[in-house]
Amino acid sequence: MSIDLSQFFEVFFEESFEGLDIMEAELLALTPGTHDLETINTIFRAAHSIKGGSGTFGFTVVSNFTHVLETLLDQIRDGRRALEQQHIDLLLLSVDCLRDLLSALKAEEVPDEAVANKLKADFESILADGVCGEYAANESEDKPSSTQSSGWAIKFFPFPYLFKTGNEPLYMLHELEALGKLTITADLSHIPEFSKLVPDECHVGWDIELHGNIEKEQIEEIFEWVLDDCDFSLNPIGEVTPSAEVEDTKEESEPSIEPPAQVSEEKKETKPTPTQAAKAPSAVKKGETNSIRVAIDKVDSLINMVGELVITQAMLCQLAEREFDENNVNMLQEGLAQLSHNTRDLQESVMRIRMLPISFVFSRFPRLVRDISQKLNKKVELKLIGEQTELDKTVMEKLSDPMVHLVRNSLDHGLESPEARVAAGKDETGSVTLNAFHQGGNIVIEIIDDGAGLNSEKIRAKAIENHIISENEELSESEVHDLIFRPGFSTADEVSDISGRGVGMDVVRRNIQELNGSIEVNSVAGEGSTFRIRLPLTLAILDGQLVRVADHTYIIPLISIIESLQVDIEKVNNVGGSVEVLRLRDEYIPILRLYQLFKHENAITELEHGLLVVVETDNEKVGLLVDDLLAQQQVVIKSLENNYQRIEGISGATILGDGRVSLIVDIAGLIKLAGLKKPGKQGLSIDSLIQEMA
Amino acid sequence: MKKILAVDDSASMRQMVSFTLKKAGFDVTEAKDGNEALTIAKSNQFDAVISDVNMPGMDGITLIRELRGLPDYKFTPMLMLTTESGMDKKTEGKEAGATGWIVKPFNPEQLLAVMNKVIR
Repeated sequence: MSIDLSQFFEVFFEESFEGLDIMEAELLALTPGTHDLETINTIFRAAHSIKGGSGTFGFTVVSNFTHVLETLLDQIRDGRRALEQQHIDLLLLSVDCLRDLLSALKAEEVPDEAVANKLKADFESILADGVCGEYAANESEDKPSSTQSSGWAIKFFPFPYLFKTGNEPLYMLHELEALGKLTITADLSHIPEFSKLVPDECHVGWDIELHGNIEKEQIEEIFEWVLDDCDFSLNPIGEVTPSAEVEDTKEESEPSIEPPAQVSEEKKETKPTPTQAAKAPSAVKKGETNSIRVAIDKVDSLINMVGELVITQAMLCQLAEREFDENNVNMLQEGLAQLSHNTRDLQESVMRIRMLPISFVFSRFPRLVRDISQKLNKKVELKLIGEQTELDKTVMEKLSDPMVHLVRNSLDHGLESPEARVAAGKDETGSVTLNAFHQGGNIVIEIIDDGAGLNSEKIRAKAIENHIISENEELSESEVHDLIFRPGFSTADEVSDISGRGVGMDVVRRNIQELNGSIEVNSVAGEGSTFRIRLPLTLAILDGQLVRVADHTYIIPLISIIESLQVDIEKVNNVGGSVEVLRLRDEYIPILRLYQLFKHENAITELEHGLLVVVETDNEKVGLLVDDLLAQQQVVIKSLENNYQRIEGISGATILGDGRVSLIVDIAGLIKLAGLKKPGKQGLSIDSLIQEMA
Repeated sequence: MKKILAVDDSASMRQMVSFTLKKAGFDVTEAKDGNEALTIAKSNQFDAVISDVNMPGMDGITLIRELRGLPDYKFTPMLMLTTESGMDKKTEGKEAGATGWIVKPFNPEQLLAVMNKVIR
């Protein structure tokens, strides 16, 4: 029977990566010098599973490497070796190394063994250091040379309890029979009197002659499991064996069934090279998809919904078959209401399937913070709050990089050195908190540090130096802080490898905006900074306000709408000859005429006859002139880039109930399109215009 | 059809063992650790048990000891999946009542050959 092992690779990789995550998390929880058995056990088990699986599935690079790692863990677990910081460091490096090896194997590439070999040597030098020399000796033990003979005389007399080990002597005799010609004589001499007979005990022994060209090991393998549970001797036929020697033979035979011999034999058989192993699963790989683990209750609720849907559908079908009268119309309406209710529930449930707890992102930070704080010689305590907050998987994947960047920044630029902290009257251990929670249809993630806070003076100077603002521009504190998100801005005086590698906060903001989210910073000098990321829970669905411009329907994301109003023409000013602004309470709101931007004819052009939808993005408000407000509804976002091409000012499209395509307005893009930029050099600065005006 | 209980905390190993045995015509039930296995074993009778040693919760050795103590599993073959570095485990396993062992890594053919030693 041949079984294609490659079908199990996917699961193996998935669980191995999970195991590595567990190892990493548990390693970070260890303190040198302590003997936290439960934690070490968990780490050991994870390593052990990876080793077992990789060996079985032919990934010898991984299993060989995991072997040394496991040996060290085993010694620590048994208390034969005290846990030291260098062990933890080495194990953490190994986790990284294993992750790389497994990723390469998963991608069907030949893994780079250089790092693995180096780490392996490190492990071996630790292992060679006292305590456990016996292991290496055991490993290198040579397989005993096999003895051959024309036949064997076997004496096999089980101890009475043999059946209770689950072994069956009969099967062993069958196996012997498969090897060669067999003569068996039963030794019934030990059978007790009937009254003393215990029926589930074994009282029969066998003298066996086996003829043929058979290796000793083949026979020993058959009796391997019961050697301690019987009188056993094995001698080549033709030689007279004095009874005293029986014992000797037995003892001699034991080493040969010891594991090293057997293992080295098995390794030969099951040792495909990594490339061979990797080539085999190509069929599986092509169909590879990113899998997602879903809690069973989510699936159950989905099945329930579908059940409901089927019932409603049956009800509607039944209605359709009847004669139509007024009574039926009511029932039809009821049925349709039910249907829309079911559909909405179903939609929510399906969305929930894609939702994963944010701990998937958070979990990488303890390690990151540990490594960076060691490098920077800072003391940091990391707090994670709201790890169970759920978020769409796609959003989560794209969130990871910006968050890493922000946390690195907090550690590098935010937190002060222990000395500086003490001097400032703070605890020498700084704290970084990651906090996630839901707010409306959004998830909010905060990265809070209790460091020095943003230095407004420095930011301002830098912004002027980099020509982001002009020297006499007046900005509020929060506007100054917001400058750090501008392209071309970086306050790090020198480039370190932790942050400030040219990838600035502008990239972070752009990444988050691509997810329809926003980021802002609140900072108090001397007390710390809080970066707040706000993201939609999902990328697939949007709460939209449908608006009409000429005979087209556009969708404005509901989340960005502040209010909609009729324009009081007296409060509109025309600044700089080109930009209209509306004075709304204490603010000046620039007006964007959508029909102009999208070049539609037959739209309402008089401000007082249309409606102004005031929207906000990145703390900028603009008013969009539309002809009319239509319904509010959830729309499924279809990518324009995938189906057509990218259009400035449009973030996507959807299909309306009547089958027409409607475009979703991208507010930030519109502002750019209209040439309104604030406060900055490119485009028009609304603020400066307003100042001129006032 | 002979019923086998396959116990391993690693999903890939469990699937491999289970798939191989099923293909050979056995009726296989899976359990992910000793506790789950013990519960299942108490409400069903199995013709053989094959279990990993290192598992969270109840480990394989404890499982075998517990099972061997049950009247229904007095003579049932119980194999453990062990690794070359776990040699002392073999002795420990035998003392707990294990019938035999399979050394990891093994391939499906070896698994069946070993299974054939205890049930047919």
